[in-house]
Amino acid sequence: MAGPSSPVEFRVPPVDAVALETRAADLATRSIKKNAKVQGLRLAVSMMDLTTLEGMDSPGKVRQLCGKARRPLPTRPDVPPCAAVCVYPDLVPVAVAALRGSSVQVASVATGFPAGRTDRATKLREVELAVAAGATEIDMVIDRGAFLAGRYGQVYDEICAIKAACGDAHLKVILETGELKTYDNVRRACRIALLAGGDFLKTSTGKVTPASTLPVVLLMLEAVRDHYLETGRMVGVKAAGGIRTSKDALRYLVLVAETCGDLWLSPQWFRFGASSLLNDVLLQLEKERTGRYQRPTDFSAD
Amino acid sequence: MAKHAEKAESTTNPELKFGGVWKYDPAPESTDHVVIAPRHELFVGGQWVKPKSGEYFATIDPATERPLSEVALALDKDVDAAVKAAQKAFPAWRARSGEDRARYLFRIARMLLERAREFAVLETLDNGKPIKETRDTDVPLAAQHFFYHAGWADKLELLFPGERPEPLGVVGQVIPWNFPLLMAAWKVAPALAAGNTVVLKPAETSPLTALRLCELFQQAGLPPGVVNVVTGDGRTGQALVRHPGLAKVAFTGSTEVGKEIQKAVAGRGVELTLELGGKAAHLVFEDAALDQAVEGVVRGIFFNQGHVCCAGSRLLVQESVHDLFVDKLRRRMQRIRVGNPLDKNTDMGAIHSRPQLERIRELVAAGVDEGASLHQAQCELPAKGFWYAPTMLTGVAMSHRVAREEIFGPVLSVLTFRTPEEAVEKANNTSYGLSAGIWTDKGARILWLAERMRAGVVWHNTFNRFDAASPFGGFQESGFGREGGRQGLRAYVRLQGGLLPG
Repeated sequence: MAGPSSPVEFRVPPVDAVALETRAADLATRSIKKNAKVQGLRLAVSMMDLTTLEGMDSPGKVRQLCGKARRPLPTRPDVPPCAAVCVYPDLVPVAVAALRGSSVQVASVATGFPAGRTDRATKLREVELAVAAGATEIDMVIDRGAFLAGRYGQVYDEICAIKAACGDAHLKVILETGELKTYDNVRRACRIALLAGGDFLKTSTGKVTPASTLPVVLLMLEAVRDHYLETGRMVGVKAAGGIRTSKDALRYLVLVAETCGDLWLSPQWFRFGASSLLNDVLLQLEKERTGRYQRPTDFSAD
Repeated sequence: MAKHAEKAESTTNPELKFGGVWKYDPAPESTDHVVIAPRHELFVGGQWVKPKSGEYFATIDPATERPLSEVALALDKDVDAAVKAAQKAFPAWRARSGEDRARYLFRIARMLLERAREFAVLETLDNGKPIKETRDTDVPLAAQHFFYHAGWADKLELLFPGERPEPLGVVGQVIPWNFPLLMAAWKVAPALAAGNTVVLKPAETSPLTALRLCELFQQAGLPPGVVNVVTGDGRTGQALVRHPGLAKVAFTGSTEVGKEIQKAVAGRGVELTLELGGKAAHLVFEDAALDQAVEGVVRGIFFNQGHVCCAGSRLLVQESVHDLFVDKLRRRMQRIRVGNPLDKNTDMGAIHSRPQLERIRELVAAGVDEGASLHQAQCELPAKGFWYAPTMLTGVAMSHRVAREEIFGPVLSVLTFRTPEEAVEKANNTSYGLSAGIWTDKGARILWLAERMRAGVVWHNTFNRFDAASPFGGFQESGFGREGGRQGLRAYVRLQGGLLPG
């Protein structure tokens, strides 16, 4: 795959941290009530990548999660299914079997997740195995070591190679913004991933603090928006890690709505990577419907 | 498992769309907790007194044109009574210790914050500005001015070491309609901290928050006559600034009225500070953080519907990024939410008055006439009230009226430059000089430019940021004197000198 070979081409506009954070904080004051809240929360459910990425993950745990993703609230068929279930590669077959016949995608992390500190051949092999097992979405990590050492070309080449190994599967490129530290770095990493053909930009593995933050996601949305206006190619954004409440989810949706607009307000172009967010969203949806808060134990723990 | 839907085709003419998929429901701030009396009297000598003129005038909500209340019209005799009350209160007030005066100011600040929601709603109703701004800017900043100056009241000797600061006497203060409460706090707090007494004249069209502030003065136990508020029109202001009992006049408002006041006080030994109009420039360089610069330019001109003396109404953008920047601005303007000022999601409220709306219309028409291109956000404006869509004029020349005259509305005039020298020359080519904004990622260039800008406030990579500790004021026809900070207090004291400490 041809592409820029010199770092000069990964040049990006500077980012002013104070102003970026001010804008994100300003949008966080939007008041989302009534229908807009219900519509937003349903949208959030449909955008969710239900995630379990633990050493203790087992087939049983994954099957439970898949059940939840297919029908998040069995008593309420109007609550949509989640977008995907996200697991480690060895559990992809379990998820594929459990989700057969549904719209829920199977996403697999790969490429030496979460640190990515392994050789390229191993990373590529991991991707191939996950795709062969039926994963339709691959969440890769970029080589932060190479990035911070200024070897942008290497980061770019690796994303290109992994994109090729994905075949038809969608590629989400995890920037791990908590390790990139500066907004300028995030903006440059976005540029590299966009040029290398990533289908989604994803904030974090969830294993590093801070994970997703509003200013970082705002910046990533600006990057995909500008890329679209320049090239006509849409790329999605996935906010992952640290998003636990309905209020958080609505704040992210406001960023999407007011930065990229209508085109991105769909599970095809925006996702939440979360493990504990869904039940809070369901709690709020039921509260809007009935006017009362249910007990937390009324929602399945998965 | 279903396969992914086919990816959206790459389009050749990509454009963004907003507001079609997910609409925010109305989120109006409640007004139940704000009771507005049908009639407001004058506040003189710590009492509510009927005007000797016997006349009242209406103040309306500019978003609906609904009358809110009747307000007393103060003419010569009423103003005279107010100045006399202030004169009477002065000796005892100046004799109090600074610590004692500070106690009142702290109390007022705390009471203002306790009733913040009430003041925010009242300000939004009477002025037309969005609740988001009154809640997050006007009221907190007004309280900050009381807190800040309370802190100085017992430390004036430290501010002016060896110079024995003394209060001036009775101060006449005339304030505008664009930040009614904030301007009242901004004027009253330093005057009281320094030991002066005050006669304040709020703007004719937005007197309600200053009058409500008087309730706080009463409840805080401020001695009668220390602050007096006289409401009315231009006649009231004239009567005040011409009154022989004043030691100082402080005015914020238009350059035209400022010049008249300067004439009226000339040769009387009356101290004067004027904070007048502006035609501030943003300088956007090609290396700037453009997305954040867009936010700053939007904040600079659409904050408070552009009714800001330091509004960044001229955008000077480097030619190499002109098209890109204007495109970004155009898309961003489309997302400004214009409408009910009480809605918590409203970004831009109502134009303050019909005459102001007419002036904005006239100047924009003149701009188009002179050859500028008009870009306006496509938004639905309410049928009642005074409204104007966010507007940008491109292709403006330095000679156009819209590049020279203060519009005082949500209208941005866009011009270009090629070199830093040209940027400075164009930015300074104005009869005003209140503020400027510099947008560049280069630290050395920021310093180089800041030295050369003839403006009282120079912001870099931000705009319209205010703080009680930061002096604010202008060059040339934007006025003289500073408000806020140490420099602001200087305007409320006479330095006697002579005595060296200890």
